Amino acid sequence: MANRRLAPAAEQPESFAFTPDNAEWAQGQIAKYPEGRQASAVIPLLWKAQEQNGGWLPRAAIEAVADQLGMPHIRVLEVATFYTMFALEPVGRYWIQVCGTVPCDSCGSRELKAMLHERLGPPGHVSPDGTFSWLEVECLGACCNAPMAQINHDYFEDLTPESLGRLMDDLAAGRPVKVGSQTGRTSSEPQGAVNTLQDPSLFDGSRIGAWRKRFENGGEGEAANDEAASSEQRAASDPKPARPDAGRAVERPVTDAPAQRVAEGETPVKPEDRADAADGGRSTAQHGEARPTVRAEPSERVAADEPAAAEAGAQSALKRDEPPPQPAASGASEGEIAAEAEESRIEAKLAELPKDASPEQKADAVGTRPTGLDAARAGQPDALTRIKGIGPGNERRLHALGIYHFDQIAAWTRDEIAWVGTYLAFPGRIDREDWVGQARALTKSLSR
Amino acid sequence: MLSDQDRIFTNLYGLHSPGLEAAKQRGAWDGTKFLLEMGRDWIIEEMKTSGLRGRGGAGFPTGLKWSFMPKKSDGRPHYLVVNADESEPGTCKDREIMRHDPHLLIEGCMLASFAMNAHACYVYIRGEYVAEKHALQRAVDEAYEARLVGQDNVHGFPFDIYVHHGAGAYICGEETALIESLEGKKGMPRLKPPFPANMGLYGCPTTVNNVESIAVAGTILRRGGAWFAGLGGKNNTGTKLFCVSGHVNKPCNVEEELGITFRELIDKHCGGMRGGWDNLLCSIPGGSSVPLVPAEQIIDAKMDFDTLRNLGSGLGTAAVIVLDKSTDIVQAIARIAYFYKHESCGQCTPCREGTGWMWRVMLRMAEGRAQKREIDMLFDVTKQIEGHTICALGDAAAWPIQGLIRHYRPEIEKRIDRYSANPHSDPVPMAAE
Repeated sequence: MANRRLAPAAEQPESFAFTPDNAEWAQGQIAKYPEGRQASAVIPLLWKAQEQNGGWLPRAAIEAVADQLGMPHIRVLEVATFYTMFALEPVGRYWIQVCGTVPCDSCGSRELKAMLHERLGPPGHVSPDGTFSWLEVECLGACCNAPMAQINHDYFEDLTPESLGRLMDDLAAGRPVKVGSQTGRTSSEPQGAVNTLQDPSLFDGSRIGAWRKRFENGGEGEAANDEAASSEQRAASDPKPARPDAGRAVERPVTDAPAQRVAEGETPVKPEDRADAADGGRSTAQHGEARPTVRAEPSERVAADEPAAAEAGAQSALKRDEPPPQPAASGASEGEIAAEAEESRIEAKLAELPKDASPEQKADAVGTRPTGLDAARAGQPDALTRIKGIGPGNERRLHALGIYHFDQIAAWTRDEIAWVGTYLAFPGRIDREDWVGQARALTKSLSR
Repeated sequence: MLSDQDRIFTNLYGLHSPGLEAAKQRGAWDGTKFLLEMGRDWIIEEMKTSGLRGRGGAGFPTGLKWSFMPKKSDGRPHYLVVNADESEPGTCKDREIMRHDPHLLIEGCMLASFAMNAHACYVYIRGEYVAEKHALQRAVDEAYEARLVGQDNVHGFPFDIYVHHGAGAYICGEETALIESLEGKKGMPRLKPPFPANMGLYGCPTTVNNVESIAVAGTILRRGGAWFAGLGGKNNTGTKLFCVSGHVNKPCNVEEELGITFRELIDKHCGGMRGGWDNLLCSIPGGSSVPLVPAEQIIDAKMDFDTLRNLGSGLGTAAVIVLDKSTDIVQAIARIAYFYKHESCGQCTPCREGTGWMWRVMLRMAEGRAQKREIDMLFDVTKQIEGHTICALGDAAAWPIQGLIRHYRPEIEKRIDRYSANPHSDPVPMAAE
């Protein structure tokens, strides 16, 4: 915020009234706004009053404008002190406002300010002959032509201390000056190197109506979009150079993931995958290494520390406290989908059974009962509760099924998993918690 | 490089006449009635297809903004307000549109107003743009004369366009501050909601759009949203006026495709970097309110909304301020801090007090007359200002300083070391928080 005060009373004129011309102009301004909204014209009117008063705004003018617009004086005083283009103190005949914001600052406005300071003294003071006063202002919006200054209403661009000095000499002597760029630019074009907008067909009227083609063929169809087609063709014949992807997070289509398929408007799960998954007799291992999967291996082979099994064991050699390994993104979803399909298959089968079916009956309907042992080998059962997801209760029920050892669990087939899951009344959980994988790892660690 | 055929502002440099006849030759006002007859929904749909994002700095999709206006009038008139209060340091594009291609703007106003059922449009030009105000007024008068606009115009949609001007307040570029100013008050932003689309100018539904966003509408509708969307990249479609200023050989405005690389922009259009590419220190790519980006990150970056956001900066108004190694970067950011101190409207305490505080600390840091722990304190204060004000000026004041500390902290520390290595009679002050 800038600290802005009205000029001292000694400098304030007694009264202010618009000249007849300006009064008429003011009426035209007020007419731009709807009935009762004449306050909108306050800035244009104050502006005109400032112009009429030699470039600064006295208190009398502020009050006159307020009276004309039917506004309380304080409201107009607020406006006059808020907007920095209203000069509240007398200014020189030529009021030089030098832009000092960064683009101009970095291109030499500091030299301009130093020159003005030397020639006219500190900012805000009118030179003794009343010709000049100067001020540093914030961005004037001609940054491609920096440094620049506004003198009264006109922009003078591409300045140097010398050219500004010459300008001031000319103004003081009443000689005509060239508004705009002082180095011969028309506006903000690259000086002497305009390499765009050279195509004569842009200016000879030949493009008029050319766009209507896209509405003629095929009605309003977007398909008949000649313009788009032509720019595509251009892109094909004149490809743009590859651009480095600096800073941009590159999005690559990773794999054939369900979410991607949805985005492309396909079904997330391929029908063949669903069929595969629904086929309970088959392992999901073929879907990749999504999840340490069940292999229908005899327990002896696992126990015998066969190389393949060792490898599988190493893969799922997880510590007790760690969650099961998170499978790679794409495969995971497929594995999960397979599990989901299996669950829905199980649910369908269960729905066919009578409500009072026993757990065994239900389980038999969906899978095969794993063969159990009559008693733990050497009377020493493994601590099944070491498998995350098996608590004392489940351990008891597994013992009742004749399941005492990790290697038994490690050898479960899909059908057996389905059976046990249904029997224990939590289908799917065995897969989610990866009992089989955990069991295999534990088997491995025991055999060491 | 963008083909000349795909440029929208064909008289950007004022090498041809801005008058109505010449503008018509270049394709303005061509089939406007036909486009209006395609209907309101078609226009909005086509704008949405084009993917045009607002050119005033925030990058909000223009078609979407238009669709927020009530479909049926509840008796209150609708207004379109065009934001020509171009004050963001580094930005000087709307000025060229208004003085060289004003008919594209007026036609765009007509189309946009029709799409939003607004029968009146105000163009709010910053007060300093006196010549531009006259140029636009001249073009409006021509359009009235030719009955292209007005109560009884050839297009059959009663439409009035008025040129209004401000008096030098940066804050009036904020849409609600602009509305306040247009109502004849101090330009202090309003709390939202209610949003202008419900309660804007004079309490009526209002849409505020940047000059460039409106001026491209006619060409987009003629050539099709798909054409516009085919330029640039996904989510960053179309062409954009870039204002390149600072230490390049030939600073200029140029219309280019979004997604052009920084290097290509400077080499093709601006005569290269002053003193070669090794001389580049950093760039402020979107007007002074976005954080700076050091040379190695900006040099091959695509100039579009998303890339620059990922670099911790922003495209803003595409006002590319290029700074070479001769720049005293701490002093430059201190100058930006002064700008925000000067332009804060004083309504919210964090901004009113904070901008001055930050500027004073920045001044000392530029000198080295500071404590190193003040760097963290300064960063912390910027975080307290950011997001705690009604409008985005607080954020805009905080970001450049955050960018400086993020990228040039060693430079500030070096300065402090250098200062303290020499004897000084007065003690180094410490900012009170």
